[in-house]
Amino acid sequence: MGFFDSILGRSKPPEADLDVLFAVPQAVISMQMEGFTPTGSGSVCFRDVEGQADDTAMADAEKIISSSPGSTVTRSDDRFGFHWLTVTRTDADVSGLVTDLHAANSSLADAGFSSALLCSTVVFTTPAGKPFGLVYLYKRGTFYPFAPDTGERRDNSLELQVRGVVSADVPIEPDLTKWLAIWGAPGLA
Amino acid sequence: MARSRFRGDRGLTFRMGGVGLGLGVLYLVFAAVLYQTPVGAFGFVIVLAIAWGQWYFSDSLALKSMSAQVVEPHQAPELHAMIDRLCALADMPKPRVAIAVTDMPNAFATGRTPNHSAVCVTTGIMQRLDADELEGVLAHELSHVANRDVTVMTVASSIGLLAGFITRYGMYFGGMFSGGRDRNNNNGGPAFIVVFLVSLLVYAVSFVLIRGLSRYRELSADRSGAYMTGRPSKLSSALVKISGDMARIPNKDLRDSQAMSAFFFAPAISRESIGALFSTHPPLQQRLDNLAKVSAELSEQG
Repeated sequence: MGFFDSILGRSKPPEADLDVLFAVPQAVISMQMEGFTPTGSGSVCFRDVEGQADDTAMADAEKIISSSPGSTVTRSDDRFGFHWLTVTRTDADVSGLVTDLHAANSSLADAGFSSALLCSTVVFTTPAGKPFGLVYLYKRGTFYPFAPDTGERRDNSLELQVRGVVSADVPIEPDLTKWLAIWGAPGLA
Repeated sequence: MARSRFRGDRGLTFRMGGVGLGLGVLYLVFAAVLYQTPVGAFGFVIVLAIAWGQWYFSDSLALKSMSAQVVEPHQAPELHAMIDRLCALADMPKPRVAIAVTDMPNAFATGRTPNHSAVCVTTGIMQRLDADELEGVLAHELSHVANRDVTVMTVASSIGLLAGFITRYGMYFGGMFSGGRDRNNNNGGPAFIVVFLVSLLVYAVSFVLIRGLSRYRELSADRSGAYMTGRPSKLSSALVKISGDMARIPNKDLRDSQAMSAFFFAPAISRESIGALFSTHPPLQQRLDNLAKVSAELSEQG
C-alpha cells in the first residue's frame, strides 16, 4: 500500500497469491520421506461475503471439481463465518488435489473475491497416525505446518521439524506469530 | 483474470484531498506570519514537542486514559481469534488487544504505526453486539490502523494546536518579548496583535477543516472495514445499535472521554448538542448509505 493510499485513507484488502500452491507436490515428496502420508484431502478457506455473488462462485467451483474423476467436494462453515471447500481424492494424488484446489480458489478470485481467501490446507497423517496440515496463507504467499494435538494443543516440535524438512521446497512463513491455529478445520479435527 | 471488487470512493478521496490541501495552505500562511515574530518560533518548538509526544506514545496514552487492560490470548480467546483472522485476511501485523471495563459501548484503535498499535473494545460493546457485528467494528478499527489515522490526524491538528496555544497563552509571551527586546520601538504591540488575530482565525478555520477530515476518515475506515469482513450490513447494524445506545447515555459519563472522541468508533457526544460541521463523526444516515454502496458492490453478479 502506497503512501498516498494511506494519506487518502484508501487501504484496500490485499489480493491473494494463487500460484505458489503449485509448489506443494515437491514438499509432499520430502515429507513422504520423513514418514508422512498425504490423505488426498485438502481445503480452501475463505470469508463469507454477504449477497449471493460468492455463493454462485462457490457453486461454480464445486461443479468444476466434482467433474474431475476421483474427486469429491464438500462444503462446511465454521463459527468464525468462514467457508471451507474440502476436496477429497480417492487416489490420494497430490498434484491432482492441488489442481482442484487451484480451480476452487481461482474461480473465487475470478469473481472478485480474491481478498476473501484466507488459507488453504493439505492434510497428512503423521508417522504416529495423527492428522497434520500444511497450511498456505494466500495473502503472504507462504506456508506453515499445523500439528493439532488433543485438547486444542499443538505439537510445536513436530511443526518445527517439518519446517526444516520442507523449507527447501516451499516458502515458509518466517514470522512465527502468523502460524495461526485452525482448530476444527476439515480433516484436522 | 482476477479482478478486485474493491472500488475507491472517488468523491470521498477528492473531498479528503481538498480538506488536506486547505489545511496545508492555511498552515503555510500561518507559518509565514509566525516567521516574523520570535513568539512563533518559541511556540512552534513547544507545540511540535507536544504533538510528537502525543503521536509517539499514542497507544499507551489512549489505553491509560481509558484505563484499559491489555489482554492476552488466554484471557480473551474469542476476541483474539477474531482479530487473528482479520489480520491474516488483511495481511497486517496484529495489534495489541485491550479491554476497557465500562458500560459505554465503544471501541477505538490507536498507535503511531501498524507495528505499534492497539485496538481496544469496551465491555459495553461486547455485551451489546453479537459476534458478527463485533467483528465488523474490529475491522473498522483495524482499518484506522492500516490508514494510519493517528499519524494523519496528529499532523493535521498539530498546527491548529499551535494556533490555539498562541491564542490562549500568546498574550503573556507577547508582552514579555515586546517588553524585553523591542524597548526602543513600539512595533512589538501591534505586531503581536496581528499574530494573535491570525492565530485566532487559523484556529477557527483549522478546527472546522480537521473535523471534516476526521469525518471523511471515518467513512474511509467504514469502507475498508466492510471490504475486509465482506459484510457491510453487520457493521451497519452495529452502528444502529450503538448510536441508539449512545444517545441514552448520561452526559456525566461522557465528559471524561471527550478529548479522545476523534478516535472512537461512535462519537461520545450527543448529536443534538453540536452542529454537523463540528462533529468528529459523520451522521449515522451517511455512514449507512456509504455501507449500502459497498454491499451492492459485493453482491454484484458476474
